Amino acid sequence: CGRQPGSIVGVHVHCYPNLCPYLFFFHRQEIMKWNGWGYSDSRFFFNKKGQAEFTGRRYRLSGLIIPGLKDWFESTFGASLQHKTPATVSPILNSSAVQPPTLNEAFVEELKSTGIPLSHDAEDRVFRAHGHCLHEIFALREGKFGRVPDMVVWPNCHNDVVKIVELACKHNVCLIPYGGGTSVSSALECPPEETRSIVSLDTSQMNRILWIDEKNLTAHVEAGIVGQDLERLLNESGYCTGHEPDSMEFSSLGGWVATRASGMKKNVYGNIEDLVVHVKMVTPQGVIEKSCQGPRMSTGPDVHHFIMGSEGTLGVVTEVTMKIRPMPEYQKYGSVVFPNFEQGVACLREVARQRCAPASIRLMDNEQFKFGHALKPQVSSIFTSFLDGLKKFYITKFKGFDPNRLCVATLLFEGDREKVLQHEKQVYDIAAKFGGLAAGEDNGQRGYMLTFVIAYLRDLGMDYYVIGESFETSVPWDRVLDICRNVKARIIRECKDKGVQFSPLSTCRVTQTYDAGACVYFYFAFNYRGLSDPVHVYEQVEHAAREEILANGGSLSHHHGVGKLRKEWMRDTISKVGMGMLKSVKDYVDPNNIFGNRNLL
Amino acid sequence: MSGSFRDPVVLRSDDEDLVDVLEERRHGSDLGFTFRTFSPPSCPAPSVSSSDLRQSVLDSLFLRHVAKEVAVETGSPLEMVMGDARSILEEMSQNLQLGFIRLMAFTLTKVFKKLFRSIFINMDGLNTLQQAVQENPVVLMPNHRSYVDFLIISYILFAFDLPVPVIAAGIPLAGMKIVGEILRRSGAFFIRRSIGSDKLYWAVLSEYVRTIIRKEFAPFEFYVEGLRSRTLKSLTPKLGMMHMVLEPFFKGEVFDITLVPISVSYDRVLEESLLAHELLGVPKPRESTAGLLKATRILQEDFGSMFVNFGCPLSVRSLCEGRIDRCRFNLRPRHVPQQPSADVQACVSWLAHLVVRLQEEGSVIGPWSLMCCQLLQNPVHVLTGDGLDWQQLSDGTVWSRRLAVDCGARLSWSGSVSDPDVMTSAAALHRSVVQRRRGRVYLLQGEEPERRRPIGSEDGVMRTAAAVLMLASYRNQALHVFVRPAMLAAALNVTRSRRREQLLGFFCFLQDVFSHEFIFVPGRSTQDFEEACFYLKKCGAVNIDDQEVTVPDSGLEVLSFLQKLLQPFIDSYQVVFRFFCEDGPQVFSEKQLLPAVRQFATKLILSGELHTYEALSSDTQKNVLSALRRLQAVTKLRASEQNEYKVNREAVRRTADVLAGKIPPQMLQATPDARL
Repeated sequence: CGRQPGSIVGVHVHCYPNLCPYLFFFHRQEIMKWNGWGYSDSRFFFNKKGQAEFTGRRYRLSGLIIPGLKDWFESTFGASLQHKTPATVSPILNSSAVQPPTLNEAFVEELKSTGIPLSHDAEDRVFRAHGHCLHEIFALREGKFGRVPDMVVWPNCHNDVVKIVELACKHNVCLIPYGGGTSVSSALECPPEETRSIVSLDTSQMNRILWIDEKNLTAHVEAGIVGQDLERLLNESGYCTGHEPDSMEFSSLGGWVATRASGMKKNVYGNIEDLVVHVKMVTPQGVIEKSCQGPRMSTGPDVHHFIMGSEGTLGVVTEVTMKIRPMPEYQKYGSVVFPNFEQGVACLREVARQRCAPASIRLMDNEQFKFGHALKPQVSSIFTSFLDGLKKFYITKFKGFDPNRLCVATLLFEGDREKVLQHEKQVYDIAAKFGGLAAGEDNGQRGYMLTFVIAYLRDLGMDYYVIGESFETSVPWDRVLDICRNVKARIIRECKDKGVQFSPLSTCRVTQTYDAGACVYFYFAFNYRGLSDPVHVYEQVEHAAREEILANGGSLSHHHGVGKLRKEWMRDTISKVGMGMLKSVKDYVDPNNIFGNRNLL
Repeated sequence: MSGSFRDPVVLRSDDEDLVDVLEERRHGSDLGFTFRTFSPPSCPAPSVSSSDLRQSVLDSLFLRHVAKEVAVETGSPLEMVMGDARSILEEMSQNLQLGFIRLMAFTLTKVFKKLFRSIFINMDGLNTLQQAVQENPVVLMPNHRSYVDFLIISYILFAFDLPVPVIAAGIPLAGMKIVGEILRRSGAFFIRRSIGSDKLYWAVLSEYVRTIIRKEFAPFEFYVEGLRSRTLKSLTPKLGMMHMVLEPFFKGEVFDITLVPISVSYDRVLEESLLAHELLGVPKPRESTAGLLKATRILQEDFGSMFVNFGCPLSVRSLCEGRIDRCRFNLRPRHVPQQPSADVQACVSWLAHLVVRLQEEGSVIGPWSLMCCQLLQNPVHVLTGDGLDWQQLSDGTVWSRRLAVDCGARLSWSGSVSDPDVMTSAAALHRSVVQRRRGRVYLLQGEEPERRRPIGSEDGVMRTAAAVLMLASYRNQALHVFVRPAMLAAALNVTRSRRREQLLGFFCFLQDVFSHEFIFVPGRSTQDFEEACFYLKKCGAVNIDDQEVTVPDSGLEVLSFLQKLLQPFIDSYQVVFRFFCEDGPQVFSEKQLLPAVRQFATKLILSGELHTYEALSSDTQKNVLSALRRLQAVTKLRASEQNEYKVNREAVRRTADVLAGKIPPQMLQATPDARL
């Protein structure tokens, strides 16, 4: 363990992370919001003219005016800029509202002697007490803190983790691993019934690429590295992992492994389980790892699959060997407009059948298409706006697409130029059979950009009585249309039944294709004016929506994981015997429940 | 209001807003009506042509799957099986066309104006329907009392600018020259009567129905009772079609399905005398165009008013919550046929019964029904002989009107006309059955039914029976209101007990015995009992505390009236039981049974041992058979091809003894009603 963390702190605080070698240092809250999504300098707001603006300099949308957002926002939610609900507490956290830490003195003493940095500062603790579920953020905005970790430690390498876990076992302290903090499954919430001292184990300092093996195309990386750093550092050597979950700006490699993450470009690079070659995890029973890096083994059940998806209940992932690829020579975005969602799904199904899916292919429904449209930044020239008008005219009038039914697929191709162009033609030819019209690169690129800013939009909504969230599932092809229709309709009906005064936004998109099915993402938001307990209503509706998903043959989760939010359905999902299997692994690996976040089981 | 019956999801507005559809037609131009702009609110999905509909049925994975199975089983090539499927579909398929709806509307306007004084519909029901058709696939579920109501729903929906339904009809109608085709183009599709084990036919039919539901392009109409009720009493629902209709919801292919119970009631039913004769074994005339034209003579007659009540739309989704585990369909492709699980079967049966009960609740009871209740309290020989004093009849009827209102009935009893006039006009409307002469009322014996050689006295019995069964039918229209209190009255009478527990036991026994005679929603016995208690208490017939039900002297009149209402059924059942125990063969087929029982009952009537002519009704006899099968006193022989049954005499005798109060009911446990 060579480098001291101190050398990072302070030096780059005022730099933009794109220029900074690593995103995270000890006090993340200095560049990140503690009660909202993402960077402190990036946020949406309505300016004095009532136009939406996105601040900062980090994103393509930064500094731009988005003229259509206000109308869309007001008409979709029945919201009004007059009715504000700003966060009730100042952007600076008031540490006196946080419960004083319960410390295990003996543990603290011994830990201090190892030299591993630690803190029981209120800000550090609150920051690591939550993920990004709606109820978590809503509570923070109201200045409410439940049980928070009593202490934060920052191991710098695998051996530090080994020491921490040993001490935790010795002194019976509860450990909760913390990576990027982007969980949306209540996985980071401290169990309120936990009486032991809770220590948040922040992996952010374990962020180095330890080696790159160009012969085998693998890289050995510390698990605390966040997606954007990993990609950027590999790019410097001409490689990439190609693993790009929507949260990749902030989520960490260890978190991906622990939740079975999925990346946008999985069609080319695979999901995390396809990318991982070797994992090292520190558990209360010791370190688990395989003895070699063979590309496939027949050695009983794959122990990696106990680690992947363990959600921090068995130990801490410290180092991962993963596949890398040479950076693609050429990238091209694209988009296709379909007359309706049914045709769009049929096209995606055909693309999957022919196994010719581009790196990414996503299909937004009509509501999301309109939403995306509302997020178009102000066009700079009359010519562009003229072109836009012409395109709209062509699609709706000339081709007869109903603007209230059409939907759009966004595409991303990657590879060498020739093949990309060939591939592109193949996909557009299939799309044409389903009535799809090519709608340009810009629309495609904007679609992907939205992925990164949509979480910021939730914060804007919360300033104006609008709360919402997304959730996902995976489902066989023959049920895709049914599940989309039924879940959306269920959300609308439940909102009505629960007394929501305004019709909600209930929309979905198909984000991944597989041989035997697809991943579907739902967005759901509503205006909660007139409700006394909006979060409770929100939770009831989300619960009902999940029931609907399961009744329609959808899975409990495609990549968000189970956490504590979806635990109640685990037994039905994997059967009683399956639960027993997982429990017995937990009982062997961690008999004293040192990794006591109580996720999953 | 009807006590605890109503489910929380079943709402009904109580202030009615009745509108006479014919009123406007009598003033406006019929041609104008026929050719007016028809612009109904759109259904959830765009319209589908009948050939596209057929094609998607033929293309369905389900039909292909079954066709392959059939091909393997029969050894014929797949193309041939698919060819068969195609011709079944062509025979079946509807061909809804607006032009023919207009033709139908024109014709029916002419006919209805001749037949009826008015056709009343409840506007609030239509208004909620208007909303419902735009949201989910709608299933219109009328009761079926007369051929006339076959197109009445379409007619009303056309008149009020609502989308016209696709209607399930029996295949005989398709056989009628020209008329069959007109019906087809008015939205009817045709189903064979005895499908039996024809796997391919089932497959085509069920896929056709499911496709109509899934495509959500038009409302779907079918008779959950399966056929026209010959007795004007609700029939035990048939579950096959109901299951087909609901399956798209169970499998998540539609978000929800809306069921609309519709109740059609008549002051006087066109086929009244035909129906009575059918019950006595005279075969019904075949549906033919010639027959229809011959029947036009009835256009000269007066049939009073017709009432069509659109019930509150029911959400299948809300009703099924907690009853169905939809996840069960997750592990197989949905097009692979799957035996419905017990919970699905039970749920389908429950929903079907619920709808029929709501049809009953929505139906309108006229003064004539109450008069028939009163008439049948008297021995038949009095009615045919000395007659009944008119004043006594009208006093009794007015008295029972109070009782009916107390029990939650919906009456059509004009308030603007004096009571005597109401009853006089009701009697006049039914002068084919009763005659009023010198202050007395007489039962008219019907004309000669067309039978082969009549045999003296037995023939006289049949003629009286036909008249009695006509009265009984109109009484039956009111029976659903009284049946629960009447069963409690019978329990009080038979058991001579006052203990609630014992009464409940006998009440449940009666529900088991009469499970095919009256409609009881499965799993609601206790609530039904509570409801009966509630009503009897409300009209002062009983006093109730935690343990006991006691009868004050003032309650005797009510109890006696109710008990007498039920008596013909109890007597008829006892006759059939006795037949099985004494006379009948151990093994018999249904074809042999009915004439034999009729003969047995005729003998008893002639000998003076039996007083009710209702025992002669084939409907009652069939219901007894079904009940005994349910109680497992009669079993169907598996090997038999002619639907043969075997009797367990001991079990029948036990049932008869319990019904007679000789031994207490030992909870004759019937298997849960969950057959398909």
